[in-house]
Amino acid sequence: MQQFENASAGDIVLSIADRIIENRAYLSEIDGKIGDGDHGVNMAKGFGMAADRIRGNDMSLAEAFDTLGTVLMTEIGGSMGPLYGVMFTQFAETIEKSSAIDARTFSAMLSNGLDGIQSIGSAKVGDKTLLDTLVPAIEAFDAANTDGKPFPEALDALVVAAEKGRDSTRDLVARIGRASRLGERSVGVLDAGATSCALILKALALGAKQKLLISATAGR
Amino acid sequence: MQRFINNPDEVVEDTVRGFVKAHADIVRLASNPRVIAARHAPVGGKVGVITGGGSGHEPAFIGYTGRNMLDAVAVGELFSSPTAKSFLDAAREANGGRGVVCLYGNYAGDNMNVKMAIKLAAKEGIEIATVVANDDVCSAGPDEREKRRGVAGEIFMWKCAGALAGEGAGLEAVQAVAQRAIDNCRSIGVGLGPCTLPAVGHPNFLIEPGTMEVGIGHHGEPGVRVEPLKPAAEIARDMVKIVLDDHDLAAGTEVAVLVSGLGATPVNELYILNDTFEQEIAGRGLTIHKTYIGNYFTSLEMVGATLTVMALDAELKRLLDVAVDCPARL
Repeated sequence: MQQFENASAGDIVLSIADRIIENRAYLSEIDGKIGDGDHGVNMAKGFGMAADRIRGNDMSLAEAFDTLGTVLMTEIGGSMGPLYGVMFTQFAETIEKSSAIDARTFSAMLSNGLDGIQSIGSAKVGDKTLLDTLVPAIEAFDAANTDGKPFPEALDALVVAAEKGRDSTRDLVARIGRASRLGERSVGVLDAGATSCALILKALALGAKQKLLISATAGR
Repeated sequence: MQRFINNPDEVVEDTVRGFVKAHADIVRLASNPRVIAARHAPVGGKVGVITGGGSGHEPAFIGYTGRNMLDAVAVGELFSSPTAKSFLDAAREANGGRGVVCLYGNYAGDNMNVKMAIKLAAKEGIEIATVVANDDVCSAGPDEREKRRGVAGEIFMWKCAGALAGEGAGLEAVQAVAQRAIDNCRSIGVGLGPCTLPAVGHPNFLIEPGTMEVGIGHHGEPGVRVEPLKPAAEIARDMVKIVLDDHDLAAGTEVAVLVSGLGATPVNELYILNDTFEQEIAGRGLTIHKTYIGNYFTSLEMVGATLTVMALDAELKRLLDVAVDCPARL
């Protein structure tokens, strides 16, 4: 059974925060082309604040997700605060009772996060939002599991689909949020939310793979 | 960019501190530093009236806190929705036991954060009813009014609802009058120059010299057309036409007019526009009951102006005339 320990896996969230903070200027730059240019600033602020609370506290993955989700929801605002806030809070709630996380739990975690986003937002796939990254990524992960692929390979599939989904937003017309008023003028630019979502999913997948490797080595 | 700023990341904190110092006779900072409350709030037995929105629109939103206006306001980052927690805390500050009405503008972030605040408030027994302002004509067609953004018409909505709540009306009645007020409002903005978020450091969008953007939004959302800058009278005629063609008001209807600068337009130019606004509105057989003119709802240092026309009925007219006491001039 391929799985990793929930306990002490909170450092995965630190690596997610690192990627977001590294990309602060880039995310603001692409947001500035069709939005108001504050995506990177606000995301880095929220993920940085959460990282400060997680670091050195030996949190489980569930605790770290809960910390991140709570910070985003209570301190960040905008659209991304509630959307990512509810996603990470749902991640935390799904896995909080699992001592080990296998592919099935991981899949449930992702879909509950998606359900959370869809319960407050009204976007659909194709609207040029973070859903264009998240939805195909989850589908690819689940398809790999159904095909009997090992957990790490399913994580690879998730990353590939997430990045492909992110890239698909370049050719889309924004249908929701501030960029939607641009209509056709929003074509040709990546969506900032889809881009940050791809960064998050990739860091999450890489972190999980690393944990799987460690637990496989330890089990030998 | 030459601006009066300390740390670009602390613009909102600094604004709020200075605001509370200036208007301590009317407002106070709540325990959540991202919530401004009226000194008198909450009033037991009164429906609480709240709003919230991004900063950078001063005197909106915080400047409309006060007697017969808003009881509390959630404060967001520049051009960014307040958190669900701040909307919740604003509702707590305003809750006098008869429910709270949250009157805000139609933006994705605000919609989500208010939705979450409603759930959180319900858990502690505070009922929040909402009205979502959608008076910006150029932000979506007449068949998609639910997609339109909320702009300066929100001020009329707050004023009518605040006055009715002050008279002791119940939650449903206050919500209904706010809805009617905003349904009776139509607005349009024209932009002549862009604005810059200090933390970003360069303009969000460009308006080429010699051109203007008709139908521009409160954060620089693109308008319906970019065209060469014309004399004020021609621009004003165009603005009235766009607003009133959408409005379909019978001759003889009484209206209230609100003309607001977007931040960097001199007030005298608003009067130049208004000279033609009033002529054109009267030319359509409408009677202007009252005109509000000045910087009522700005967008940082955007160059431009907005026009809002609200059709009045007897009740709205009466409520609009109720005296208020808030930091912004009304």
